[in-house]
Amino acid sequence: MTVNPFVLVDDLAKTYGATAVFENLYFTIGKGEFVCLIGHSGCGKTTILNALAGLEEASDGVILVGGREISGPSLDRAVIFQSHALMPWMSVLDNVAFAVRSRWPDWDKAKRRAHALKFIELVGLGNAADKKPAQLSGGMKQRVGIARALSIEPKMLLMDEPFSALDALTRGTLQDEVLRICHQTAQTVFMITHDVDEAILLADKIILMTNGPGAVIAEIVVNTMPRDRNRADLHRHPHYYRIRNHLIEFLVDRSKQFDRSTFDPRKPKFTTPGLDTTTEEKQP
Amino acid sequence: MISSLRLRAAIVSTALLAGFLLLWHLATLGTGVVADVDPEYARLMGATAVAGKSAMPGPMEVLGKFWWHLSHPFYDNGPNDKGVGIQLAFSLVRVLGGFGLAVAVAIPLGFLIGMSPLMHKALDPFFQVLKPISPLAWMPLALYTIKDSSASAIFVIFICSLWPMLLNTAFGVASVRKEWLNVARTLEVGPLRKALQVILPAAAPTILTGMRISIGIAWLVIVAAEMLVGGTGIGYFVWNEWNNLSITNVMNAILMIGLVGMALDQVLARLVRLVTYPE
Ligand SMILES: Nc1ncnc2c1ncn2[C@@H]1O[C@H](COP(=O)(O)OP(=O)(O)O)[C@@H](O)[C@H]1O
Ligand SMILES: [Mg+2]
Repeated sequence: MTVNPFVLVDDLAKTYGATAVFENLYFTIGKGEFVCLIGHSGCGKTTILNALAGLEEASDGVILVGGREISGPSLDRAVIFQSHALMPWMSVLDNVAFAVRSRWPDWDKAKRRAHALKFIELVGLGNAADKKPAQLSGGMKQRVGIARALSIEPKMLLMDEPFSALDALTRGTLQDEVLRICHQTAQTVFMITHDVDEAILLADKIILMTNGPGAVIAEIVVNTMPRDRNRADLHRHPHYYRIRNHLIEFLVDRSKQFDRSTFDPRKPKFTTPGLDTTTEEKQP
Repeated sequence: MISSLRLRAAIVSTALLAGFLLLWHLATLGTGVVADVDPEYARLMGATAVAGKSAMPGPMEVLGKFWWHLSHPFYDNGPNDKGVGIQLAFSLVRVLGGFGLAVAVAIPLGFLIGMSPLMHKALDPFFQVLKPISPLAWMPLALYTIKDSSASAIFVIFICSLWPMLLNTAFGVASVRKEWLNVARTLEVGPLRKALQVILPAAAPTILTGMRISIGIAWLVIVAAEMLVGGTGIGYFVWNEWNNLSITNVMNAILMIGLVGMALDQVLARLVRLVTYPE
């Protein structure tokens, strides 16, 4: 735990009328850390991400980024939307250049294009720069969304189930690329997913949320696997199944019946299931 | 398959047209010499009396006259005898003038209404009352206040083209996908750039569809308006030729009105296609 975390979420809550979607959320994200949020549908994950992005206001609590309270959206926090959210009337290049221009309004057109192209090539779409989004596959569109987010060189990336609409094969390659790019650039990332394997591959920390209404953070799983992991031999590492079983067991059983009696929301419990050798005996 | 369907449709269209022209021709043929008529009387009355010819002109006559109009479009022999090209030009100028004014009002106002739920709710009752008013009902008021028949016609066109454009613009702007607006927000895009580079292109197909509806209505209304105010224009031409009892010219005018209306619609349809984006 860093003393001065990059992102600090303090006592965040969202209520509609009398019902709280989630409450008492407290967590931190360190600089360069990759954090995944897992929870069942409707527990308020998107709302949390939108609050971090500044697109939506929480009902209670504060979010500090870099020590300052956020007040609305910022170019420092780029969002990768679940539905890619590309402008269909613009080419791939124009979509990215649109973002580049927002960040650096003084740049001339040539400089904007060159900068945008660099990031389009980074996600492997150099040949498709002049295509319209409608001419691209789902995976390619999501890559453009990633290129657009990275192109403004944000301090942090926010991703809302970015790969959930993709087929397994495309999802795999994109996960590998995101992992590579984020480690190369030491990006700080907050990502929502409901794919346990995706979380284990990408995240340094995995935040587990209980079911709503009144959802809270049940625990934060620390990923103890080496950081230079990749998808191909992830499952060979001994920590992998321990973490995976722990997460699945949480999603299946404990997310519903979470015991709040011994629970202090301000000190979410950190667990390291990867180091726990006692679970092995339970396996068949 | 498509091209063969198109070809077959063209064949059927041509056959229908030919059938129609033939029936028309047969229906308006003379019935032969009806009776012995006093030559003086025959000279006075022309073929209608002598050959039992129908007063309704036949297709050959109308098409012949049509060709004549096409080859003499811009002659001007005083207020009651101008080439049909001149009359159409008067009508087009009025339509485009009123339509242009309507664009200038409807697009900004539509943006305002589309972006502000408050303004939408506040202005809606006015639109509900104003929209169903026949544009021609404004004519006396326009004549009384503007005191110029041509400007009054333009005003009537303005009124009738306003509503479809206004409502479509407001609807198009209001239904811009939330995610595109969120993209603009996270990129801290300023309001003017957001309006011009996100909302306008996103709503453009809906806005231009409204314009297409408007220009169609404007072209319908201009004929009636010009019949009322008189002087110039294709509507006046129709009425004037009716007073001259020249059914041939009336039919020619009808044909021209149809062709010009189709051309206007095609231009807007092409513009709609130009700004439509596949999703
Ligand atoms: N306007 C609203 N009024 C009442 N409840 C809402 C409203 N908007 C969202 N919610 C509730 O908030 C919850 C959280 O939604 P969301 O953040 O999208 O969840 P997730 O992304 O985890 O699926 C949902 O259960 C939804 O029913
Ligand atoms: Mg969601």
